[in-house]
Amino acid sequence: MKATLPKPLEIHDLTVAYQKKPVLYGIDMEVEAGSLVGIIGPNGAGKSTLIKAVMGIIKPVDGYVKIFGETTRKAITRVGYVPQRASVDWDFPVSAMDVVLMGRFSHAGWFRRISKRDRIFAAECLEQMNMLPYANRQIGNLSGGQQQRVFLARALAQQSDLYLMDEPFEGVDAITEKAIVDLLKSLRNQGKTLLVVHHDLSTAKEYFDQLALLNLRLVAFGETQDVFTHDLLQRTYGGKLTVLSEIGSRQVEHKQPPSAVL
Amino acid sequence: MFNLVESLIDAWSTHEQVIWNLQIVFMGIMVSLSCGLVGCFVVVRRMALLGDAVSHGILPGIVIAYLLTGSLSVGPVWIGACIAGLGCGACIEWLRTKTPLREDAAMGLTFTSFFALGIVLLSLEVGQVHLDPACILYGEIGLTPLAPELVLWGVPCGNQALWNMGLVCLATMISTVVFYRFLLVTSFDTSLARSLGMPVASIQYGLMLLLALVVVASFESVGVILVLAMMILPPVSSSFLFRRLPNILLSCLPLSILYSLGGLHLAYWMNFPISASMAITGVVIFLPCCLFGPNGGIFTNTKSLSIQEGSKGIPIN
Repeated sequence: MKATLPKPLEIHDLTVAYQKKPVLYGIDMEVEAGSLVGIIGPNGAGKSTLIKAVMGIIKPVDGYVKIFGETTRKAITRVGYVPQRASVDWDFPVSAMDVVLMGRFSHAGWFRRISKRDRIFAAECLEQMNMLPYANRQIGNLSGGQQQRVFLARALAQQSDLYLMDEPFEGVDAITEKAIVDLLKSLRNQGKTLLVVHHDLSTAKEYFDQLALLNLRLVAFGETQDVFTHDLLQRTYGGKLTVLSEIGSRQVEHKQPPSAVL
Repeated sequence: MFNLVESLIDAWSTHEQVIWNLQIVFMGIMVSLSCGLVGCFVVVRRMALLGDAVSHGILPGIVIAYLLTGSLSVGPVWIGACIAGLGCGACIEWLRTKTPLREDAAMGLTFTSFFALGIVLLSLEVGQVHLDPACILYGEIGLTPLAPELVLWGVPCGNQALWNMGLVCLATMISTVVFYRFLLVTSFDTSLARSLGMPVASIQYGLMLLLALVVVASFESVGVILVLAMMILPPVSSSFLFRRLPNILLSCLPLSILYSLGGLHLAYWMNFPISASMAITGVVIFLPCCLFGPNGGIFTNTKSLSIQEGSKGIPIN
């Protein structure tokens, strides 16, 4: 028995294939508690697939995933997942409050009534994302940024130890972007571990402590200042980098975080 | 014959007729309530056509169970229907993985083949048993009062068919309430369901078993074809009126009462089959919901308005 606590996430030699075509190849990663990790890479690099493989939604061809030293099956209740916006059915007849309460179900007990404490906690989570005034809105009647904040409130309500988020910044407004960044940092400061799929290179450096550069293989994984280099990004993005790195360097020159737009 | 008021009064004029028609109305309410409750989850899971496919695909199971046991009692027929449903699922899976056929084509092929097989089996006369194809396909809810009396320990307890449907209806209501959270979360977001530790696949199969049970219990009344109307009409109509699933589920009860009463009277008035009249009533109720419903109705489209309002992204407080 090890004296140290098991790591929140260990990925060992993970290989995933869709119909015999590999989409992830030999991924090795160990994530420490209290890390805020951005997963970046070009389209089709397998970023979402990595998250799904960790969640156990996709079975790997080879390798394994351990969450807090246990199999995904056993430790899954300690994982909170924020899905990609496009994968959610926004016409589903639920209100913002209903969605957040879903995050409390495993705490409330499967068959017992939702307690007043759970309701208050869910309301607090909505309040933290500035969404309490919209609690009774059907989710389809919210803007993109508001929808994302509802799902983050649900993640908060789950009180997970490891969070997996698939493109939370996709298609959100500036206020929501700021709110998400604040939330990520506050969760990290509480010792939670976060893996966030991100596609915007211009903000990646600023938002994340650590980065995983992914393109079918794990090109690099480490502290942001060590891996956010021209050389490694070139290897991750290949020929597409020229445009992207220009955007990136321009962003650094102006030192203009998106919240400054306000 | 086409006198509306006269035909409505006529339906409730004598004591015998009141008793006779009340049985039909109760049957109709229980059928459309059971179908509607299951249908709500089928619709929000975007599986409406799968419901159609299942109701057709289980036909050979129903017929074989009938030919073997010589009765249409719910138990054996349900088992037969479930076996046929599993057979359908296995065939689809096999076609999908072993041939270049896509899932929709595989489903279309399998369910129609099973349905055809069922119809062929229907025309078989094994020994003395014979099933009326029209009854299976279109249902005859009007014959409900002719069902034999249920006798428990020598005490007559009333209409056997009503008791059967009542039990299935009760089972559906209880499962909806008890497994509400499971059904809600797995329908809305399977990855959340997984991360909450829910057995996603088992819930899916459970819902399919319940669907098969409801279809089996209802087909004598409304037939394997119209049973889908009873499943789809309540949730799609009330989705224009309510924004939350519990309200949509609750609205199935008043809708069922309207369908049943409306169907019976329409049938009396125009001399239509009752089951088809119930479906027509459902469509007649659906139209104003779709046109004027507060939640996305064609003439009251508040949805696009509120998205514009919300897109400012500025919280009120």
